[in-house]
Amino acid sequence: MSGKRLSEPLLGVVGILLFLAGWEAVPRLGLVSARFLPPASTVLVQLVNYVGQASFWGDVGQTMLSWALGLAISIVAAVVLGLTIGSSRFLGRATHSTIEFLRPIPSVALIPLAVLLFGIKMESSLLLVIYASFWQVLLQVLYGVQDVDPVADNTAKSYGLGRIARVRYVVWPTVLPYLMTGVRLASAVALILAITAELVIGSPGLGKQIGLTQSGGAVAEMYALIVATGLIGVLINVGVRMVERRVLTWHPSVRSETFA
Amino acid sequence: MSLVKRVAYFIGLPVLLIALWWLLTLGPTNFFVPKPLKLAETFWTVWASDRIRTDFLPSIIRLFIGLAASIVLGVVLGVLIGTYRWLRSLTEPILEFFRAIPPPVLVPLLMLLIGINDQMKIVVIIAGAIWPVLLNTVEGVRAVDQVLSDTSATYGITGFARLRYLVLPGASPQIMAGVRQCLSIGLILMVISEMFGSSSGLGFTIVLFQRGFAIPEMWSGIAVLGLIGIGLSFVFRGVEGRALGWYHGLREMQRDS
Repeated sequence: MSGKRLSEPLLGVVGILLFLAGWEAVPRLGLVSARFLPPASTVLVQLVNYVGQASFWGDVGQTMLSWALGLAISIVAAVVLGLTIGSSRFLGRATHSTIEFLRPIPSVALIPLAVLLFGIKMESSLLLVIYASFWQVLLQVLYGVQDVDPVADNTAKSYGLGRIARVRYVVWPTVLPYLMTGVRLASAVALILAITAELVIGSPGLGKQIGLTQSGGAVAEMYALIVATGLIGVLINVGVRMVERRVLTWHPSVRSETFA
Repeated sequence: MSLVKRVAYFIGLPVLLIALWWLLTLGPTNFFVPKPLKLAETFWTVWASDRIRTDFLPSIIRLFIGLAASIVLGVVLGVLIGTYRWLRSLTEPILEFFRAIPPPVLVPLLMLLIGINDQMKIVVIIAGAIWPVLLNTVEGVRAVDQVLSDTSATYGITGFARLRYLVLPGASPQIMAGVRQCLSIGLILMVISEMFGSSSGLGFTIVLFQRGFAIPEMWSGIAVLGLIGIGLSFVFRGVEGRALGWYHGLREMQRDS
């Protein structure tokens, strides 16, 4: 049994090494020109090079700032709106069609609007990030409010808990696991949109830098930056999962993603 | 709820919002805000023309090829990886990494590797949209009920029959959840792939309007993208309702009991 537990992470490492070896071999053997696909070693050296540069960290900081700010705004807005809409049957019914209509609109459709309104400033990134992640969170909060146990709610009512107290002690604990699912989905989407805005619009950050290296023909640099965005994505995923586990330690089960 | 009431709930808020929009733009307005009637008119003249053939259809065709390929590839690879434990351990960290790369950054990369053409745009869609399907399929295949799996093994159901009657149906709720995420990512990537060095397509057209400050035309393009998104989610819900009817029924029963 212990052999199995040992071998699993080991196999994962072997997988990474195999992938890197393949990446190294393809351009070296001339299957794809090294002009278009530099070998893994070149890219990794370039990445290490970047890590020592202040301007690289400035770009990372910009991207993360748009990400964090956009995510925070959309979470707060979605929680407030979600709790309000979810607390009344009338509001829930009346807003349903509008939400279902607005939600599937792809946020990249707003790119031209963002350019006109904000130009290449950070607000452009924020607009896209907020629009994309807002719906993810809102939907989960709405599912969560629907899931509130009516018996618990009625009990709280009989004990004379007011509206605010019920939200705090009955609704909130039920919504929290759903909210965390929403936050997990939204944090990945927010990164995608932050980088997209930088890449397409040219607002400051890693995405803009990727666009610049590409048009400047600095291929190894471009690959290194792409790897960097992937690593940031992995860190965000791991981080959010850790937060989720900590926030929901009291919860009986680690909920699987809501399916509806 | 009576039918009248249901219709009222369905169109109430949208009608209210449009009326508000119409009232607020009656007078002289901000340059960026179109008037509803003008927008509807522009929508008609811009999109009910040759543009359907030159911009709309190519985009949609690329989107569908890309989505179909991601779903098929994602399910096939996902079943493979989900079935063999060693393969899963081997590929898991790499897949986690690839999933975490924001797909739009692959556009400049693929432009370099493939050039600017239809194949590149389709590969961009696949490269981004395959991950939710693939990873959800892996999870779904892994979570197939152990008792069912043992039962079918006892009855000698193996190979293709096992795949057809046990693994795929068992994993289908998860697979459909992945497909739903993949649709919206695919649409996003379709637009972005056309915003780079392209000369046709919806993404290209909308950016063109914006650069020329053709504001109502730009809004009408945004509306087209919105309608595609809504259409996709509508089709998806139909397919899902049919494919997973048994599953939703089962859940309902479990919840009631």
